Amino acid sequence: MACHAENNISTVGEEQAALSRAKHWIRVERYYEGEFPDVTVKFMPVFCQQCDAAPCEPVCPTFASYHTSEGLNGQVYNRCIGTRYCANACPYVVRYFNFYNPVWEKPLHLQLNPDVSVREVGVMEKCTFCVQRIKAGEIQAAAEKRELKDGEIQPACVQSCPTHAMVFGDLSDPESQVSRFARSGRSTKLLGELGTRPKVNYLPRDSWHGSEDA
Amino acid sequence: MAAKTPEQITVDLLRPLSGLSGRYVLAVAFFAGMVVAAVCAFFHQVYAGLGVSGLRTPVFWGFYITNFVFWIGLSHAGTLISAILRLANATWRRPVTRCAEVITVFALSIGATFPIIHLGRPWLAFFLFPYPSERGLWPNIRSPLLWDFFAINTYLISSVTFLLLPMVPDFALIRDRVEGVKKKIYGVLALGWTGTPKQWHRLETAMHIMSIAVIPVAVSVHSIVSWDFAMAPVPMWHSTIFAPYFVAGAIFSGIAALILAMALLRKLLHLEDYLLPVHFENLGKLLLVMSLLWFYFVFAERLTAWYGNESSEMAVFWTTQHGSYSPLFWTMVTCNFLIPFPILAIKKLRTITGTAIASFTVVIGMWLERFLIIVPSLSHKYLTYSWGTYRPTWVEITITAGTFCGMALLYMIFSKVVPIISIWELKAGQHLKPHAVRLVVRSSEAEGD
Repeated sequence: MACHAENNISTVGEEQAALSRAKHWIRVERYYEGEFPDVTVKFMPVFCQQCDAAPCEPVCPTFASYHTSEGLNGQVYNRCIGTRYCANACPYVVRYFNFYNPVWEKPLHLQLNPDVSVREVGVMEKCTFCVQRIKAGEIQAAAEKRELKDGEIQPACVQSCPTHAMVFGDLSDPESQVSRFARSGRSTKLLGELGTRPKVNYLPRDSWHGSEDA
Repeated sequence: MAAKTPEQITVDLLRPLSGLSGRYVLAVAFFAGMVVAAVCAFFHQVYAGLGVSGLRTPVFWGFYITNFVFWIGLSHAGTLISAILRLANATWRRPVTRCAEVITVFALSIGATFPIIHLGRPWLAFFLFPYPSERGLWPNIRSPLLWDFFAINTYLISSVTFLLLPMVPDFALIRDRVEGVKKKIYGVLALGWTGTPKQWHRLETAMHIMSIAVIPVAVSVHSIVSWDFAMAPVPMWHSTIFAPYFVAGAIFSGIAALILAMALLRKLLHLEDYLLPVHFENLGKLLLVMSLLWFYFVFAERLTAWYGNESSEMAVFWTTQHGSYSPLFWTMVTCNFLIPFPILAIKKLRTITGTAIASFTVVIGMWLERFLIIVPSLSHKYLTYSWGTYRPTWVEITITAGTFCGMALLYMIFSKVVPIISIWELKAGQHLKPHAVRLVVRSSEAEGD
């Protein structure tokens, strides 16, 4: 919900969701183990891994999907012509396509976030790590002539998680909390064997009880 | 055929160009109606959004890209086969080349529309053109889709040239035999051809250069189409075998389309004296070779995937082998190998009807092959939670049917305005010495004047 509200992600309705066209930039994957009734459920939030070697970027013919100077996987909606090649190339299936123009039932249209553009039909979208918050934080810090503090910027998902299961920070700062987590022995990357070099680190419990941090 | 005089050949092959039968008009109207329906379906999709198709997460490519690969594959009928036969000096090719080259041009034009039809925002397709713009952006040369753009345009230009060049003497022949507006139109198309030795020499040189140049172009086009898939880290796509596999499949489906078109032309235009059993026999042998080659590629691809036993690949492997896509997979194997192989391998069955039946099943099988390369892989990517499925809607089916009808329509119109068998090449084939041919052709043209 926080993610949908922050990023103006439209809901597609029951019928379209049943067709697997829902747009959940962060998707909590559920994997079941064991035979009923002795079943355990494992959760794993999956969202854009902001790969350093992202398969989605080189395949885009119009540079709509590109690598920003800060290392994010940017998506420029105005350049996107909807080949959907990026979504096919993405091994994590975290890119969502606007099959129809977005609709907000009144009065929900009044709560749109003015910092985030609304995507029209035929355009690909995905998790941005709440780039509008990152930018706002950087501008604020620059205006106050200071460095960004670790944990000062929080994407909507991190901010709203009641159990602090996710942490956001600067991986290029070796002292940040995310860097320390990433160095810990528990850190693992989702589908790291594909060589996409994702920036998201998962900290599984014993085997791989999903969760944790970016 | 030896009994035919040059004049008889001219009369026979120009006959389909005059007069309209009721059946012809009816067929044209039907095919045109289907094309209009497809265009309407496309505009409905543009207006409503791509949601009217059956595409969904994670199967973002479906019927449209299947059709794209299928039609581009079919286009390898002509130019490639006729270029190889020309260079090999295969004399039996003469009545075959033009039917083949026309398939190339039309199939390529149809195939090239699909990347635009499938776009989320087709009105912005011009973003792929490299032109200086206010956005300050060139298209991304690293993207296989851009390679496609250049490869297909190159192929289209060269195959249109390859088709038009040897049509010039025939246009001149028609120009000299008709009156009125028609004379003017064919006169323009004939580009002032008078049949001087100098002109013949230039035509021969140009055809020779084009025959050589067009072969690497054709091979590169389908290699690049295959790289649309092979470049992405998707299970069963990311494979080095794809480029040659696709090229072989393209030639395979191309020959099948050619045999099918020839069988229909022979029947409908009464070309029994020109398209002889030996042509079907020879093309049938080629089709047999390609069928075996296709089977070899599928076997090699499947065996290495199965032996490698990589979990994400095995998910795709088993869903096609005995999962939900297996009925389609085994239909494909039946259509591409089990049916055509005995028909084409046994000399008694390698008749006109036999090769036509085999070709028909191959065309179906090759369409299925493209579908089975695209959809099962996309619906079974790495994270099992995000697995999905795909079901086409009426919009995609209408557009698909419309393109097949469009092909028939274009072919029917073409065979009404241009002799579908190259008249001068056929005449040239009757003589051993090319010089003698030139004299005969020129004198017959002089009579026409």
